[in-house]
Amino acid sequence: MLETVFLIVFAMIGLSLLLNLWRLVVGPSVPDRILALDTMYINTIALIILYGMSMGTGLYFEAALLIAMLGFVSTVAVCKYLLRGDIIE
Amino acid sequence: MYSEWLVSILLLIGGAFILIGSIGLIKMPDFFMRLHGPTKATTLGMAGVLIAAMVFFSNAQDGISVKELLITIFLLITAPISGYMLIKSAIHHKLKAKDGTKGLDNVEDD
Amino acid sequence: MRLESRFRWLPTPFRSLLLFVVWLLLNNSVSPGHIILAVLFAFFIPVITFPFREPQPLIIKPGLAVKQFLIVLFDIITANLQVALLILGPVKKLRPAFVKVPLDLTHAMPITILASTVSLTPGTVSAEVYPIPESLPPGEEPTERYLLIHVLDLDDEQALINTIKQRYEAPLKEIFQC
Repeated sequence: MLETVFLIVFAMIGLSLLLNLWRLVVGPSVPDRILALDTMYINTIALIILYGMSMGTGLYFEAALLIAMLGFVSTVAVCKYLLRGDIIE
Repeated sequence: MYSEWLVSILLLIGGAFILIGSIGLIKMPDFFMRLHGPTKATTLGMAGVLIAAMVFFSNAQDGISVKELLITIFLLITAPISGYMLIKSAIHHKLKAKDGTKGLDNVEDD
Repeated sequence: MRLESRFRWLPTPFRSLLLFVVWLLLNNSVSPGHIILAVLFAFFIPVITFPFREPQPLIIKPGLAVKQFLIVLFDIITANLQVALLILGPVKKLRPAFVKVPLDLTHAMPITILASTVSLTPGTVSAEVYPIPESLPPGEEPTERYLLIHVLDLDDEQALINTIKQRYEAPLKEIFQC
């Protein structure tokens, strides 16, 4: 049963990644694209955790934690760049 | 056996919320409304998936596994902050809000 | 509002507790070795990093803070169900709006916590705190502060402002005693 559920949830997250990609391509403004990227990294964390569960190993946890931290920092850095035209003043 | 059911239900709820967040990202007409989907629905969906992972690994290995809570807490703390940065840059770029948005004169230029 | 801890060797008690818990969570164990290491980190990291930045207000009522955390957690779940229904429903029915909420809080950290709570809870995202600090002359404190929020589906503006002020702001004022 769990295998079927994994497949369904993989499909759900893959579909949402595709929707995010659509928003990333269509835009229309730069903050829209950053928002799409921000959502994409969060969905990637879910995908990695799910892959780790379906493989039965907890080793992917560290990768997910690193993606969470780097994704947050990069979102804030790009927004800061948009706001000021500079990252560190 | 019960834990398998619990993991399945939590995973399905989490996946559904993640999907709803992305649907909101596609469907909404302006940036400020799009922001609501990813900051709320996706965060709750992640919490669902991560708690499911917690139950799954506690059951698969001996001893409980709680480290997935760390990512959940991290995402709960950072989601409002990235949302705040995004909406600030959107106001700075003077993005158009949907026609009929009330209280547009509350927004000051910076 | 109290900025300095009662114990000089423990300047930020709750940050120490957080470090202790995070270390144990990261290692996913409660073995004696890790507990000793976590206690060492919880003592020395705050002492070393305390002079790096300005002192922040301390939590004075921890019991109330825990209660407020649970209330917010419950609100996050119910509010997310509402937002999910709004997203799946027809877009034309939504009534988006910008609302200004007057703030009683004065320090930056309680305002940040309030803004984060508002962002995570009922169909609202906090956008900005007015007046913007950079636009003020240096060294001057603003007399009135406003929080600008964007609402996905606004029904009654005054009721929303009252909910935010009573449910989220009043407990924060009590927790930090400011």
